[in-house]
Formats: sequence, structure tokens, C-alpha cells
Amino acid sequence: MQRSFIARNPSVLLFLALLALFTLVVTVLSEGFGVGVISTSFVKTLGKTLCLCLVAVAMDLVWGFTGILSLGHFAFFGIGGYMIGMWLMYERTRLIVVQSLSQAEIPPTPTEVVDAIGNQIFGVVGSSEFPWIWGFADSLFLQLILVVLVPGLLALVFGWLAFRSRVAGVYLSILTQAMTLALALYLFQNDSGLRGNNGLSGLQNLPNVSAPQSVVSLWFFWGSAFALAIGYLLAAWLVSGKFGSVIRGIRDNEARVRFLGYSVEIYKLMIFTLTAMIAGIAGALYYPQAGIINPAEIAPIASIYLAVWVAIGGRGRLYGAVIGAAFVSLLSTWFTGGQAPDIQLGFYTIKWVDWWLVLLGLSFVGVTLFAPKGMGGLVDLWTARRTPNRHGADLGPDAGSLREAEAKQ
Amino acid sequence: MSTLLEVSGVSVSFDGFRAINNLSFRIGVAEMRAVIGPNGAGKTTFMDVVTGKTRPDEGHVLWGEKSQSLLKMSEAKIAQAGVGRKFQKPTVFEDQTVEENLLMALKKPRGWFAVLAYRPSEHDLEHVVELAKEIGLSNALTRKSGELSHGQKQWLEIGMLLAQEPRLLLVDEPAAGMTPAEREQTTAILVEAAKTRAVVVVEHDMEFVRRLNCKVTVLHEGAVLAEGSLDHVTSNQDVIDVYLGR
Repeated sequence: MQRSFIARNPSVLLFLALLALFTLVVTVLSEGFGVGVISTSFVKTLGKTLCLCLVAVAMDLVWGFTGILSLGHFAFFGIGGYMIGMWLMYERTRLIVVQSLSQAEIPPTPTEVVDAIGNQIFGVVGSSEFPWIWGFADSLFLQLILVVLVPGLLALVFGWLAFRSRVAGVYLSILTQAMTLALALYLFQNDSGLRGNNGLSGLQNLPNVSAPQSVVSLWFFWGSAFALAIGYLLAAWLVSGKFGSVIRGIRDNEARVRFLGYSVEIYKLMIFTLTAMIAGIAGALYYPQAGIINPAEIAPIASIYLAVWVAIGGRGRLYGAVIGAAFVSLLSTWFTGGQAPDIQLGFYTIKWVDWWLVLLGLSFVGVTLFAPKGMGGLVDLWTARRTPNRHGADLGPDAGSLREAEAKQ
Repeated sequence: MSTLLEVSGVSVSFDGFRAINNLSFRIGVAEMRAVIGPNGAGKTTFMDVVTGKTRPDEGHVLWGEKSQSLLKMSEAKIAQAGVGRKFQKPTVFEDQTVEENLLMALKKPRGWFAVLAYRPSEHDLEHVVELAKEIGLSNALTRKSGELSHGQKQWLEIGMLLAQEPRLLLVDEPAAGMTPAEREQTTAILVEAAKTRAVVVVEHDMEFVRRLNCKVTVLHEGAVLAEGSLDHVTSNQDVIDVYLGR
């Protein structure tokens, strides 16, 4: 127990090494800095996948370790994206507006600049006024704080209300889903202040950056890899010690933990809030790579996908969540991108764009029924081979008992 | 002897059914007490009330030298105040090792921040080893508790209770499903524990109660029917009627 953290968790070091290797290989093969085998759009896809892995780690913490099946973590992810998107959009529009107004004979007043920005951003929803939620949009620093603060506060308030009333299990899932749906529906409205169903767009263009997308995509790729590494380390540290014992205890038997004297509600609230913040960070890294965010991203189905990834990858182990998110989301990109070949059945053609969801649904059911450990469980097969198994030992304690081989005869 | 726990005039009803009816009960600082009674007598509900799981409709539950009311406190706070509870079914954290189970139960600060910063000291680990010895699980420290036998799980749970260092131990049917040898050891552990703290044992098995050799409280329909030595209560006509009349 007194050994170092890494020594007790060799899988963490292995994971970080693989992640570093992956980042290096992608960089070398990229268009921006390398030989150009991997296209910029695929670098973006990989970068986005790393962000999805990070939010899956958060989901695994809250669901796989603490047993709270939250169907709202993709909402926190989306909020993080909106927060960074507001600054990106504001700043870029400001630069354009300032440039175009500089042609005018009379230099524009600051108010005129702000009005013109408002006109540009909100013209699409028939407005030109800045809503109050854009109050800090001119400051990158403040918006970056909001990336963690807004999801954190929302999770804190929601969690406090839900956990305090001892809402648990499926009811909590429904409640989180309702929260997500309410948020998405609210954002769909044009007067929500976030451009309704148009969402925020052009997020891939960083203001004041002249580097081409092939380079910018790599910056975000590295940023996402770094965030995943830090998030993974944090999560692994959280679940390794006594804190991990307590939250796994809460998952397995909440009442027992309570009678040991731990206030279960506080622990749940802490994990729920922390993972919401991690999800916010992941979202803030994801959407500048995606380029656009709209309320459809926040819809409950996204959070359900998140749960599916974690389930398929294997909940209750962090690398399982990463494997699941990476595997399923990349596969999903492949299938829905029209790259998967259609299957001709003669009387019917299976188009994967339509049938992928059916396949995903079936594999989710399959994993739940037949392999509850998920893909991460495959690692057990490998580790089990290294530990001595008991085959060949006496079947019983007596010296005269049959050996396994004899007993088979 | 000074009183550790005093329950007076407590009533609990579920949807009109009175599970506990004007129950009064008290136990001293270092005392063993067996609570017996037929099914539905309110034994488990009584424990629920003391540990804060169930709020009574009326009555008082007073704790310790300062006669603090337990009714306003959460389960976690009550446990921190020194009430430990063992459930009827062995409930240990099966996914975790015996050592992790015991470490979690050790009397230490329970706040999330303190727990996050906690690293077991040499002293704590030694304490865990001692406890494991006491409950006969020295060789099983690194095993997952889910692998243990039924009796071993019961002991582990008792060990976790002892690790909590409670002033009052509430033990629900500790000997259920145990072999005679295991029962004997369980008796020994409980008797030893009762030297320094209050122990309340809920039990069906008269033979087990006899071996505990302590004062007995008989519950029936949510109220105390008789109290005294085992011989005293078993010769009580009401008790005979309740037990044999069914």
C-alpha cells in the first residue's frame, strides 16, 4: 500500500505511454507537421474522439464507479462547447466588424462596434441585441472559467436537489434526462440568446491566428490528448485510494456506506459536479474542432450514446471507457460517413447509414447480456493468463485426493 | 450504570400498521443485550429508528452522556456519533478486498476531502491486521470479500463494525447460517466487544442467546413484552403464549 501511485496502477502508465505514442504517430503522419498521410479532417476526427474519450472517462467515474446512471453528461459537454463558442464567435466577428468599419470615414464608437457585432451574430434569429448571457463573451479568460463553472454549478444545484431527496437509480436517470431535454428545448428557441437551432458556427476559425487549419487541428489534437491524459490521471487517482473504495461502496450498497458514517449524498454530489466540469472541458475542446455546435448536440440521445460507449467499453474500469468511446465513435463515423460498403441481399440493400444504429443497438444489448464487462473485459483474459491458475492442483485437501487429470478419467 | 441509549415512547407506523407501539428501551455504556421476538415484532424497525433510517411518529431517542436526540441526525451523523449496525444479511463490499473493507470502516474523518487525502499509515495497516486476526481472516486480507464464505462475510462485517469503534453495536442475527464452530467464535467476539461497549443482539436462536448470557428483552407487536434474564423471560406466561401460541 505504501508504494507509489504508478506502481500500484501499472495500467495508468501503460495508458499514458500508448496515448503519447498515438499522439506522436498522428503528428508525424499529419499534414501540418508530418508527411501528410493523415488528412486534416481525419486529424480533427481523431482529436474529437479524444475529447469523447475524456467525457467517457467522466461518465465512467459517475456511472461505472459511483453507480449514478446520469443521462445528462453530454449536456454538460455541450455547455462547455457553447461557452468557448461564444468567445470564438464574438471575437472573430469583432475582428471582421472592426476591419470593415475601419473603411468608414468617421471612426466607429465602441457602441457602434458592439451593435454591429450583435447584428452580425444575431441577425439570423431576427435580433441584434446582445442577451445578458453574452456578458463575458469578449473575454477569453472569463469564458474559459465559465467552461468549468457553468456545468459545475448546474450539476451542483441539480445534484443537490436530487441527491438530497434520495432520488436514485432509474428515477435519477429519468430526472437527468429530463434536465437534458429541457435544456436542449430551451436552446432551440430563438430567444434563448444562443441563436436557437442555428447554434454557434465557424468555431474552427481561431481569431488572430493565421496558421492554416492543418496546423490548428494539430494544436487541438495535442490539447485534447493532454486533457485526456490529465483527466485520466485524475480519475485514476480518485478511484485508487480510500475515496475510490467509498464511491464503489456507494455503487454496490449505498445504505451500508451510510451506516459506516459517510454522507453518501455529499460524495455523490462531489463526483457528479466534478465529472460535469470534466465534461465541460472536453466539450470546450471538442467543438472548436467540430466547428459548429447546435442544440441537437445536447439532445438526450447524445447522453445515451455516452452511456452505450461506456457500457460497451466496460464500466468500472477507466481504460474500458476510453476504448469504448474511441472504438464506437470511430466506427460510427465510418458507418455513417458512407464509407462502409453496402450489403446487397438481392431483394434488399443494407445501407449502413440507416442500419448502423440498429447494429449499435443490437451490440449494446449483446454486451449487456453476454459480456457485462465489455471490451475492457478482454484485458482480463490476458492478465488471467499471467497469474498462476489452479489447474493441476489437488482437488481436495487430502493427500490422497484425485488430481484434476485423474478426476477427468 | 450510566445510560448510553434511551428510547422512550417511540411509535412507528407504516400505512396505518403500527410496527412499533410506544416502545421504551435503555442500555448502559458497557452492556450486552439480546432482543428476541417473533417475526414482525418490530426488531428491525427498532434498529432502523436508532440508526436514523426510519423516523418515528412520536417518542424520543436520546444518546450519550449529554442526552443528545438522535432523531434530528442523518444516518451518517448517527454512525459518526458511535452507533454501528450489522445487517441481517452479510453486507460487505464484495468487489473489494478484505483489507479495503476494513480500511474503509476504520474510525477516521469521514468527509470527502479528508478521505481523498487519506493514505493508510503503518499504524492503520497494523490495526487492520489485528482486526483480521480477531475475526479469523488474517490469511484473507488481499482476497476479494465476495470470495469469502457466508460465515466469513458475517465476521468481516463484525470486524468492520469493530473497526468503526462504535459505542453501541446493533447486531441483527449474527449467527444466521453459521456452523456451530462459527457460532462459538461469533459469541466470543461479541462477548469480548461487550466488555467495553454496548451491544444489542437481535436473534431468533434461543441457544445462541443462552450462550451470550445476558439480559434479554422480548418484543411483541412493537412493544416490550418482558425483560430480564433468559430463564426469567422464558418462564413468563405471556412470552410462552406469544412464542408457542402461534
